Amino acid sequence: MSTSSEAPESWIASFCSLLGHEYFADVSEEFIEDDFNLTGLQSQVAMYKEALEMILDVEPEDDDDDDEEEDDDDLDDEDDGDGLTRRERKHARMASDLSLIESSAEMLYGLIHQRFICSRAGIQQMSEKYELGHFGVCPRTNCGQARTIPVGLSDIPGEDTVKLFCPSCLDVYVPPNSRFQTVDGAFFGRTFGALFLLTFPEYDLSRSGPEALHLGPAQCRLNEEERHHQLNGLYRKNIAPGLGRDKTYQPRIYGFRVSEIAKSGPRMQWLRDKPFNVMDLDEVKKWAAEHQDLDDDEHMGVNGMAVRRRQPGNARLRQQAQRKAHSGSPMNVETNGAESEL
Amino acid sequence: MSLSETDTTSESTVGSDDSCVPYDSLPHLPLPTEWEPGQEYAYRFISSRGNEYFCEIDEEYLTDRFNLTNLNTEVQYYQYALDLITDVFDLDCDDEMRETIEKSARHLYGLVHARYIVTTRGLAKMLEKYKKGDFGKCPRVMCNSHPLLPMGPSDIPNLKPVKLYCARCEDLYNPKSSRHATIDGAYFGTSFHNILFQVYPALVPQKSTERYVPRVYGFKVHAAAALIRWQNTRRDEMRRRLRKNNVDTGFKDDDECDDLEDEDEDEDDIGVDEHGRPIDPEAMVGVA
Repeated sequence: MSTSSEAPESWIASFCSLLGHEYFADVSEEFIEDDFNLTGLQSQVAMYKEALEMILDVEPEDDDDDDEEEDDDDLDDEDDGDGLTRRERKHARMASDLSLIESSAEMLYGLIHQRFICSRAGIQQMSEKYELGHFGVCPRTNCGQARTIPVGLSDIPGEDTVKLFCPSCLDVYVPPNSRFQTVDGAFFGRTFGALFLLTFPEYDLSRSGPEALHLGPAQCRLNEEERHHQLNGLYRKNIAPGLGRDKTYQPRIYGFRVSEIAKSGPRMQWLRDKPFNVMDLDEVKKWAAEHQDLDDDEHMGVNGMAVRRRQPGNARLRQQAQRKAHSGSPMNVETNGAESEL
Repeated sequence: MSLSETDTTSESTVGSDDSCVPYDSLPHLPLPTEWEPGQEYAYRFISSRGNEYFCEIDEEYLTDRFNLTNLNTEVQYYQYALDLITDVFDLDCDDEMRETIEKSARHLYGLVHARYIVTTRGLAKMLEKYKKGDFGKCPRVMCNSHPLLPMGPSDIPNLKPVKLYCARCEDLYNPKSSRHATIDGAYFGTSFHNILFQVYPALVPQKSTERYVPRVYGFKVHAAAALIRWQNTRRDEMRRRLRKNNVDTGFKDDDECDDLEDEDEDEDDIGVDEHGRPIDPEAMVGVA
């Protein structure tokens, strides 16, 4: 297979340069031509073969015979249920419902794209786009314009549009421009956002978009010293840098804080909160400390702070055990919590 | 501030009902810099491009000197600016002077605006705009396009630009448009949006525990999951505190919530049959 030389621009390049398709990476033809990467997509896309040809800029006439043969196989999986005979189908194609194939091709490209950006070459390409600030910045004030990553909330097409994941506050936002509201979130998928952070842990997530563009990519990585401190699989500095007590909005009226007890008082501060000492999130260490010696209260005092934390393991079993131990109503759990706080 | 004065003001202001006309439908309206006698300054101000967040200040409020206390030290050419706002300006001056006075007038209008919107009538006007979504929608996905409110991080002018407050997630966001991002936050103030919900407690939106959980091929990512667990503990502590004080926690699925969440989290630990249904141990015994 080879790309047609008469076309001034490949289908993929023109698709990616469309308005609203700024988040898309150019999927390499190598990736598409490997059948393994397309496993299972035949059943998800109507007119799969035509769509694939369109994406790869292959002239349909070139392999018409193969086409016919493979169509037999395709019919089983394809299940388009239109009940047309092959001749009718061919005729329909000659009449060329190009727009139908075009939309199929877009769907197919999107689904391949979802897989591609999780591959080594794809995620590398997306990291370059991230460095160039193609994905925009977080709209949250306290994130200080941290750079975002496009994600989908579902892997199934047609369910939701593309969203932006901010690694600084670990939340998802609607892209600011309405032109992205026609882009399917499944074309990016649920996995990409988190996988990106795990693949490129050395990006300094707290850097603002304009600043990063100004300084260049080399300056926007964590320095040697910052890379010494790890926690839960990330560098410590990169654990939700946009969250914490000082990055949480505190509602005030004429300088006085609005009380929690007020009906309009703050209720969502937990969402933007982070322990003052991030090492409090080291659950493994904490669990070990708790179980090493039950009498070791002093050690707890240092590590446990004033915060009661959920122990690892099966919460329900634990709760049941607690309930049994106190042989009372579920309200007893509340007392337990209060006790352990003291 | 003069809550009582504005209470009694009548509906006499011309064009007060038109205060929320979208700017797109008024393409030929003059900018405030173009003087057109006979048209009220406040109306021209709010209907010009970029000033969509402002509401129209009643003439009665503007002409009451008490409401303008101390603003003369803040605004250059205070008297001329005030004359311009109250439509009694008749000074013959060159364009440069005119421009300076126009600028002062805009500043003065903004500062009076911050005081006006916390009065009963001002709150009502801003509430109308809030309900129409004139200030935009929350960009956070889990907030489901909840309408925003403008606010200033500081009450002192020329310090911080305006931010938008979402009452659902209780956080601040930057305005989408650059022409809004440069408006001085002091024209709205730090208190207005909080006062609004104190005055209209029924409007406090129901809070939601729904949130985004980063996953890789369906598996939670440890760093994020650990933080989320910690945050959930904080939330449960807050709920317990509120319940102890007999205060409505404001969450959708209150009371049962703690138990439900635990069940959700533990679902992974429970056995699942081939249809994805959790296996009930007792039912299994029955089958055997």
